[in-house]
Amino acid sequence: MSCKEVSELLSQSIERRLSLRETLRLRMHLLVCDACARFKRQMEFLHAAARAYAQRGMSTARQWVLARTARERIRGRLQRER
Amino acid sequence: MTQLSSADRWLDDHGDALYGFAFQRLRNRDAAEDLVQETLLAAWRSRASFAANSSERTWLIGILKHKLADHWRHSARQPSEALDPEAVDDLIDQTFDMTKGGHWRVAPSAWNNPDAALEQQQFWQVFVDCVGALPPAQAQAFSLCELDGLKGEEACKAMQIAATNLWVMLHRARLHLRQCLEINWFGNGPNG
Repeated sequence: MSCKEVSELLSQSIERRLSLRETLRLRMHLLVCDACARFKRQMEFLHAAARAYAQRGMSTARQWVLARTARERIRGRLQRER
Repeated sequence: MTQLSSADRWLDDHGDALYGFAFQRLRNRDAAEDLVQETLLAAWRSRASFAANSSERTWLIGILKHKLADHWRHSARQPSEALDPEAVDDLIDQTFDMTKGGHWRVAPSAWNNPDAALEQQQFWQVFVDCVGALPPAQAQAFSLCELDGLKGEEACKAMQIAATNLWVMLHRARLHLRQCLEINWFGNGPNG
């Protein structure tokens, strides 16, 4: 299995369950390839960072401010709706 | 308070939050503002469905998520080379040496204390910039699956692509992001 295939399977393992055969081949490769082992840790970090970012988005959304002009435009549109 | 004033109040109370949620995913001011408007209009039209004992914010964000999915579905329908996974993408060739058994051209480096990065404001700026620099289809796939937490099949439906295409997009998005973070944060960043 090439490093390219390993990187594909490591990525896919986030979206789907790998087959037993894929899992075993992946493990064999990771035992002997430091570069792919580092890549695996980086993918885990990226996944964790994305989750943290999404949660931050919910809690710190108030740092984003809807522009006053947009706010008034939307208010006008809502009033036409009534 | 009459019912008629509730849409105004949603705008006052939740406008910034809705805008922030949309902007972080679209990274486009006009599109994010449009979605806030569409969300509030849809909320107003379906106000009867709001359960009085639930959180307004959660209800509105739920509507916004649907609007975001519609937005992605619509943009996926636009003919775009970036949506074709077979489209020429140098990334794989740049990353792996296919003449030498698909090994890394430049091996991923060891990242120093990555968890500490999550606590740093500057890291998130780099993260947002890296996601923003992705080709559009990859940014969509990554946003839907990793930021919005959609399941694979839901993301496929939203983007109107097959699962294998989605995996290709996500693989490329992750290779890009890995490289971008390595260069801009773990290499020369304050942690480097």
